[in-house]
Amino acid sequence: MSASDPDRGSGASRGISDALHDPTTQDSRGGQGYPGPTGAQDFPLETYALSVNGRDLPVDDAWVGESLLYVLRERLGQPGSKNACEQGECGSCSVLMDGALVASCCVLAADAVGSAITTVEGLTGEGELSDVQRAFIEQGAVQCGFCIPGMIVALTDLLDRSPAASELEMREAISGNLCRCTGYGRIFAAFRQVQEEREHARA
Amino acid sequence: MSVIARPASLQDAFDALDALPNADLLAGGTDFMVEVNFGHRRPPAVVAVRRVPELQGYQVRPDEVDIGAAVTWTTIEGELADELPALAAAARTVGSPQMRNAATIGGNIATASPAGDGLPVLLAADASLVLASRHGERTVPVADFITGVKRTVLQPGEIITRVRVPRLTGPQEFLKVGTRNAMVISICCAALLVDRVGCTVRIGLGSVAPTPVRAPDAESYIAAEIDWDALSAPAESVVRFGELVRDAVRPITDHRGTAAYRSRAVQVIATRALERSLA
Repeated sequence: MSASDPDRGSGASRGISDALHDPTTQDSRGGQGYPGPTGAQDFPLETYALSVNGRDLPVDDAWVGESLLYVLRERLGQPGSKNACEQGECGSCSVLMDGALVASCCVLAADAVGSAITTVEGLTGEGELSDVQRAFIEQGAVQCGFCIPGMIVALTDLLDRSPAASELEMREAISGNLCRCTGYGRIFAAFRQVQEEREHARA
Repeated sequence: MSVIARPASLQDAFDALDALPNADLLAGGTDFMVEVNFGHRRPPAVVAVRRVPELQGYQVRPDEVDIGAAVTWTTIEGELADELPALAAAARTVGSPQMRNAATIGGNIATASPAGDGLPVLLAADASLVLASRHGERTVPVADFITGVKRTVLQPGEIITRVRVPRLTGPQEFLKVGTRNAMVISICCAALLVDRVGCTVRIGLGSVAPTPVRAPDAESYIAAEIDWDALSAPAESVVRFGELVRDAVRPITDHRGTAAYRSRAVQVIATRALERSLA
């Protein structure tokens, strides 16, 4: 099953997100949500297109309530943005929308029409590493890796906006990106490495 | 027929609300999408207002700042810290940078959460809202707009277009208690605004009642105790102010904190905010 398979998410390998977004299943987190099988009129569908990493991609007959994160991962074959909290707490789904860092789980996909969306997949060309990604590898900033795509997008955003960002600004910039493995130290080191490399390149 | 409208003008938004009478209004999405993701809200249709030009930008006037309802907390944090210090301070505590880039002041008000970080400031500043519909505009004080937990007087067909925040001369503080220093929903919060011209102290309190509340007895008490030329007050009056604030709130116990803790904490931050504001 490829990442771009439109049927991805159906069948035996369904995740929490699929269950949550499937109108026919109960909310697995307490049963207060979807009231079981209901008519399609309760889950109206919409067809639109999103601009993701410079390409216009069609989204056909999607429930209007789907998040940008869900559409990216499950409909558009862009699984780099990770799904963890679904409530804007963890930052693992961070993307750039018209140049602003946002949590894609808290963006209604159907309202992202007309906005330029950049995911972690779009930071470099196919098969290439950005300086931020390379620094993460060289500094050993990755353990389980789940938070890393969001961390990379957030730090790329900061380095582009504010190349000389202070330690405090850097810490604040990733205050919305939770990492439960690393203790952040090597992530900070990777950030400083990129700062120094870019400073050197400008000099 | 399409079930989402993305109007590019206020008129288009009214047309969309007529065409989709059961639609939910969507701004930045940071409250809305959490409810949708957890299955607590199923939008039958959506009118997304973030593109409406009448909801954008802000104007700084001598007596007030007129803020578009679709202005994000990032903008308020970064650009209005001189004009509206307490609102900018509150903005900085709203969620994460990702949330603040999307979440709007109008959305914060319309959600009307007891824990909405911007609301105590707006309440203390006597801010008012411009509500527009096809039939015209009305201006409603924030204090009258929010009527209960996530309840407001917004009528079907109405949209919050502007938030008008009076500018005051004097110190302002915003203090928030949470389980850590970033990205928390408040256990309680307090905005204290001193008006040196009108010789008043205003305090707005969050997460300690079904709606954000003021503490009028505490405000009038301390206004009479302050030496307005020196902007100072006796230490025992500052302590008494905190007690009167505590007595003004009706907190509940929930998963974020107990009623007793909230009463104590709101007393502490109210006292601290006043101490920081006085000479």
